[in-house]
Amino acid sequence: MPGSVSGLIVLFPLAGWLINGLAGGRLPARAAAMIGSASVGLAFVVSVVSILDPRVWQDGITTRLFTWIDAGEFTVEASLLMDPLSALMALLVSGVSFLIHVYSAGYMAGDPAQSRYFAYLNLFVASMLLLVLAGNLVVMFVGWELVGLCSYLLIGFWFERERAANAGRKAFVVNRIGDAGFLLGILLLAVTVNSLDFVNLSASAESIAVPVATAATLLLFVGATGKSAQLPLYVWLPDAMEGPTPVSALIHAATMVTAGVYMIARLQALFFRAEVTLSVIAAVGALTAFFAATVALVEHDLKRVLAYSTISQLGYMFLAMGVAAAPVGMFHLTTHAFFKALLFLAAGSVMHAMHDVIDMRRLGGLARPMRWTALGFLIGAAALAGFPLTSGFFSKDLILERAFAHAEGGLTLLLWIAGVLTAFVTALYITRAAILTFAPPPSHQDHPHEAPPTMTWPMAALAALALGGGILGAQAAGAPLLHALDAFFHVEESGAAKSVPALALTIVSATAALLGILAGFGLYRGRRDVSLGALGNLFRRQWFVEDLYEVVIVEPSKRLAHFLAGTVDLQIIDGTVNGVAAGFKRSSAALRRVQTGYVRNYAAVVLAGTVLLLGYWLTR
Amino acid sequence: MIIPAQYYLTISAVLFTLGMVGVLVRRNALVIFMSIELMLNSVNLTFVTFARQLAAIEGQVAVFFVVVIAAVEVVVGLAIIIAIFRTRSTVDIDDVDLLRG
Repeated sequence: MPGSVSGLIVLFPLAGWLINGLAGGRLPARAAAMIGSASVGLAFVVSVVSILDPRVWQDGITTRLFTWIDAGEFTVEASLLMDPLSALMALLVSGVSFLIHVYSAGYMAGDPAQSRYFAYLNLFVASMLLLVLAGNLVVMFVGWELVGLCSYLLIGFWFERERAANAGRKAFVVNRIGDAGFLLGILLLAVTVNSLDFVNLSASAESIAVPVATAATLLLFVGATGKSAQLPLYVWLPDAMEGPTPVSALIHAATMVTAGVYMIARLQALFFRAEVTLSVIAAVGALTAFFAATVALVEHDLKRVLAYSTISQLGYMFLAMGVAAAPVGMFHLTTHAFFKALLFLAAGSVMHAMHDVIDMRRLGGLARPMRWTALGFLIGAAALAGFPLTSGFFSKDLILERAFAHAEGGLTLLLWIAGVLTAFVTALYITRAAILTFAPPPSHQDHPHEAPPTMTWPMAALAALALGGGILGAQAAGAPLLHALDAFFHVEESGAAKSVPALALTIVSATAALLGILAGFGLYRGRRDVSLGALGNLFRRQWFVEDLYEVVIVEPSKRLAHFLAGTVDLQIIDGTVNGVAAGFKRSSAALRRVQTGYVRNYAAVVLAGTVLLLGYWLTR
Repeated sequence: MIIPAQYYLTISAVLFTLGMVGVLVRRNALVIFMSIELMLNSVNLTFVTFARQLAAIEGQVAVFFVVVIAAVEVVVGLAIIIAIFRTRSTVDIDDVDLLRG
């Protein structure tokens, strides 16, 4: 049975979803957690087994499930593709998901709707695996939409809270804008190239006209900005933090939001045809990275800091995609999944201990009572900041290196400068978050306690990965992941940029990170609030992006809605209906007088009619 | 001596007008009924006048039909009038205006 294994990877979480969704209410809460975790664990095991097949590393294994659409020359198979890229994603998704499922068992203990939670979470994992294993754009789109649905369901998991319900809706609506672009891109490719299969598209990319490729890739990139929360469609991700924290860790940090990056990597041959799109991607990525990092600097809500941090790090990944360094981008995606999931889990542990308080102004001094959580957060923070030899250091350094190598002087060098600046701000804001949350003095009267082992062990595993994940891409260790991806993407040596003093660049980025950390200590040690002056205000207002949304989209749509509801619906549509009724009423009021009920009147009318007719005939 | 057809027709017209005025101005249902009979018979007179003048049998046949139908109509009409009288204790046609709009 060649390749049938990849189907199983999706099938296990799907089964978990069915069991938890259908029977979960009748099972004890622990059973729901066990089923949820076990199904995802099995998916991980199958993923590991499937990459042992050498064919994965040669041409990839395509599993055809059935022919979905068969219309003349245009066919769409329901097919799964297992190659190095999707194998990496499948391992990452199922592995991190498994850890977060285990963590959730501790975090959600006591919640009355645990079976619903695990059902949604399992459905998400199944959808995400479908997305990454998809063999063509249509199947990918199915997964793409399903993860969006799960994201909506899980953001609004505590739907009785108005803020959570609103946040879920916002995420759904904003994603829909991006999805519209994605769908248009797919349709454009279907019309012009007549094939949506990834293998076909990659093979025939050279023959696609550049304007077509540019239009299609730009549309697909719109979809990516929605799903991966890039400017200008990032607005839903900070609000998405209303959901349970493990969900933020899994969906809104480690996996779903990276779908856009993955999609671009998947269609790299196509994107290479469109120089313009690549420049746009790089610019948007660099801009978003810097923008979100500055906003993270002034947020008070720990989870929102991490959300902006996610947006910023996704910007790095897009920057990598834009400078034609997909292997490096995928490497950063991997390390980011480790350390950002870790940071979120640590934040969740803090919330768990502090009774859902997440405002950093009301935290502090947590390092002593929550030693393991603090250690985990510190490791994640170090990796995020790019502290030398942590995983984030290697991947971020490579991105900056490639951005520098890609630059041809002038404006393109701005990408690199923005990247370095972002590295500095990143180190600064995560140092601030760590100090405000864990360093004394505490600004609360609580007596927090460490989380249960189901929560600390997943953190420990992620901490190990966040620390050591750099091995996957470190030159000194042979960079196994990068080599595999280089071979897959047919590029030479992502690790060492040509004709660039790699060591000098590394020193620059490491210095930026260390300076950021030092500045963080200098600014925030022992202080609760630092205003940062006019710049701080600008950051707090999110560079007026939210205000711009308010003026450009929210207000006009409200006015349009009022116009449609007040004028069009009430006056024109209802007016027409009521007018017809009123017309009949008035005319019948006039006509009813004819019916007097007196026989004599009728007889007189008959007579008059007869006389008239006779008169007409006789005088004709 | 042959009386010219105009005389018959004049009488017929006078009778018809009398009947019509009766229907229009009288209130008693029975009187209106009789006025209708008057109109029917004036028409019968016209029929036979022309039948005779044109030496055609059809006119007389029509008269027989009218007579038969008039008899039937009287039966139905009187039944209605009695029914009305039973429920409303009146045969005044102006009191029966249930269908006024």
